[in-house]
Amino acid sequence: MTRTADVVIIGGGIHGCSTALHLALRGLRPVVVEKDYSGRHASGVNAGGVRQLARDLAEIPLSLSSMDLWEHIEELVGDDCGFESHGTVLVAEDDAELASFKERVDDLRLRGFTHEELIDQAELRRLVPAVSDHCPGGVVSRRDGAADPFRTTQAFRRRAVEKGAEMMEGVTVTGLARVGEVWRVETSQGPIEAPKVVNAAGAWADRIADMLGEPVPLAVTAPMLMVTDRLPPFIQPVVILRGRKLSFKQRENGTVVIGGGHPATPYRDRNETVLDWEKLSLSARTVWELFPVMRQATIVRAWAGIEAYMPDGIPVLGKSSTSEGVFHQFGFTGHGFQLGPGTGAMMAELVATGSTNVPIDGFGIGRFKTGRL
Amino acid sequence: MNVSELAPSYDLIVIGGGPAGLAAAATAARAGLATVLFDENPTVGGQIYRGITANPVRNHAILGDDYWAGSALATEAKNSGALVVNGATVWSLDRTLTVGVSIAGEARLVSGKRIIIATGSLERPFPIPGWTLPGVMTAGGAQTVLKAQGLVPTGRTVLAGNGPLLWLLAAQILRAGGKIEAIVDTGTRRNWLRAAMFLPDFLLSPYFKKGLALLREVKAKALIIPGTRIAAVGSDKLTEVDVDGRRLPADLLLLHQGVVPNVNLAVAAGVPHRWNGRQLCFVPVLDGDFQSSVPGIAVAGDGAGIAGGTAAAERGRIAAIAAVRALKPDARIADPQAARQRLQREEMGRAFLDELYRPVAELRRPEGETIVCRCEEVTAAQIRETARMGCEGPNQMKSFLRCGMGPCQGRLCGLTVTELIADERGTTPDEVGYYRLRPPVKPITLGELASLPVSEAERRAVER
Repeated sequence: MTRTADVVIIGGGIHGCSTALHLALRGLRPVVVEKDYSGRHASGVNAGGVRQLARDLAEIPLSLSSMDLWEHIEELVGDDCGFESHGTVLVAEDDAELASFKERVDDLRLRGFTHEELIDQAELRRLVPAVSDHCPGGVVSRRDGAADPFRTTQAFRRRAVEKGAEMMEGVTVTGLARVGEVWRVETSQGPIEAPKVVNAAGAWADRIADMLGEPVPLAVTAPMLMVTDRLPPFIQPVVILRGRKLSFKQRENGTVVIGGGHPATPYRDRNETVLDWEKLSLSARTVWELFPVMRQATIVRAWAGIEAYMPDGIPVLGKSSTSEGVFHQFGFTGHGFQLGPGTGAMMAELVATGSTNVPIDGFGIGRFKTGRL
Repeated sequence: MNVSELAPSYDLIVIGGGPAGLAAAATAARAGLATVLFDENPTVGGQIYRGITANPVRNHAILGDDYWAGSALATEAKNSGALVVNGATVWSLDRTLTVGVSIAGEARLVSGKRIIIATGSLERPFPIPGWTLPGVMTAGGAQTVLKAQGLVPTGRTVLAGNGPLLWLLAAQILRAGGKIEAIVDTGTRRNWLRAAMFLPDFLLSPYFKKGLALLREVKAKALIIPGTRIAAVGSDKLTEVDVDGRRLPADLLLLHQGVVPNVNLAVAAGVPHRWNGRQLCFVPVLDGDFQSSVPGIAVAGDGAGIAGGTAAAERGRIAAIAAVRALKPDARIADPQAARQRLQREEMGRAFLDELYRPVAELRRPEGETIVCRCEEVTAAQIRETARMGCEGPNQMKSFLRCGMGPCQGRLCGLTVTELIADERGTTPDEVGYYRLRPPVKPITLGELASLPVSEAERRAVER
């Protein structure tokens, strides 16, 4: 017997699970088809930054709406997701960099956005006492923070199921075809029929887009992270750099997560990544210079999650350009975790009603049609 | 030896300086392969021949003839032309055959055309109530101190568990003039019944006579108590050992229930592993030459499944012969057939020992508040509860409870966590699987990592 649903969501990461939850809250019956298990890849093993700071202009409205959900995350999913809000600080390493940050903050003000705030050296020192003396200031987004990525993804998954969504894990999508009024999604455990389909397949989403005849230039990338043993607390906000690749945060348990986007070599068909130690060494040097207090820290683990990167650095969101009833939600390019709650709400609105209140004009899949980019 | 003296690449990189690694390095280097052996310890020998080249124990009878057999292997490796580097910690290996190694606080990446992992075995976790108390240690730990420093335990010493190493350690302590209050034997009658069918093979194996003599020697001098419910008791350090309700005063409790392959490096390198139901552990999937399905990576010695030191050396030779044949088809090298035959003879009695010393379920799958993950202080009850709630594998368990995420990288809890999940979910350990392990497989400092040389071109591309 063919299984049926209101919506088939392909991919059980934070985006698939968030959309499933919000669809279920609207009274629809979604089925999530996940080839491994929920949170196995980027959603479960990312750095956990919940960041509005330094986003592409097109992403800001979505990011702000997502932040509102983060601040009430326990009401939404029944778990605090380890969310702590101590801000994100973008540190300037010299005066020229600080001047360019000021231009950006001024530009945001003109557009009516106040979440990014320029800070001088004294405020930087107050927020991040451990930072090296050579840094003249920076930008802070005070509502930002960090959460536990796997726990968050699981919380969305669990709440979605409680509200009526169905999870099929260890199940692979093998085909997509329009049959009359519905989509027939072929899977390794038989077909599912539904009027709507959401492609939230992350680093594998291009394969779904191919099935729909709208290929996308998705790059499979695996940003590397490493974590130290427990250190005495010395820093509260998440710290990021712009010139050199670095993101840096100390979790509540004292461990310090060091990231920044140097990529490992991904093997997406084997669910495997091979780390690039020379690049991790560069991150280690940056930390060495910026935070002298870290020099004796021990690295206990390094890893990389497999993600989809788009050439213009922003995700693919919205309706398919070829297939009525199909929607895309992928390509978050290393910064999709914070967007998870809000994007799920927006996508559920779009799938259920045909339109959304959040501006997503710049994200359409049509931008990759030949001649557009 | 300093990292800057290392070549950027070698024909063969051998990791681990026990019998398998020594034999592999010697065989390969003699056949003309540019070979380096990285050994973490200050002297070669591995665990079984620990400190063989610099042992302070003068009376050879204390450690026994089997131990001193290791010096021949050490000499062979030393004279073979292989570069043997002690104090070298390998913290990473991947399928590009790149090895991350640290020597004296400095790190380097070295690549090999072939890799032989010979990282041996480690002691099976022995999670009982109170096993984290000061005064409780593993038998292997005590033996390390005895071999490397010639130190014999003082105070009231109780040994508990099962397996050849436990009895060997007991004999070594007694020969060195130490005292043992009691040995708690956790073996069961059922084990004897299961082992009996393998007895004929065992009678022919070299272990038979040696083992029997050893047991007789220990039983003549020490009190043996059967027991399966064991707890270490004490508030801030061990004061008593509880054996099925009976209290034995003790200052030192030495635990041991067999050894299992040290799989961390091979797992991190992507070598597939499978559950071995007789040895109750994960072993790498290998062919007859001990080559894995990751091209260029072989696993020799006890890391390929427990078979003891003599077998380990033969496995090392077989793996090295395969490397030589692949890289230098014209090299003069012995046919591996002779080594295979010696290996088969060594492995003959193994099934009997595996069954006889099979650790009981109660001591592998703890309950309640007993700590399972020592690094993150996760209890058996927490793991069982999380498995019942739907957690299907150790990797999700890591994310939920952080077990296995501490500096030991699951060495002290991995098998226990797998078995507990299988127990709660009514499935097999093979189905549940093992931790996915992430490098560095041995912790390195931020400073060490920063010391890796990075090519100028790469630095310019990344920095402003």
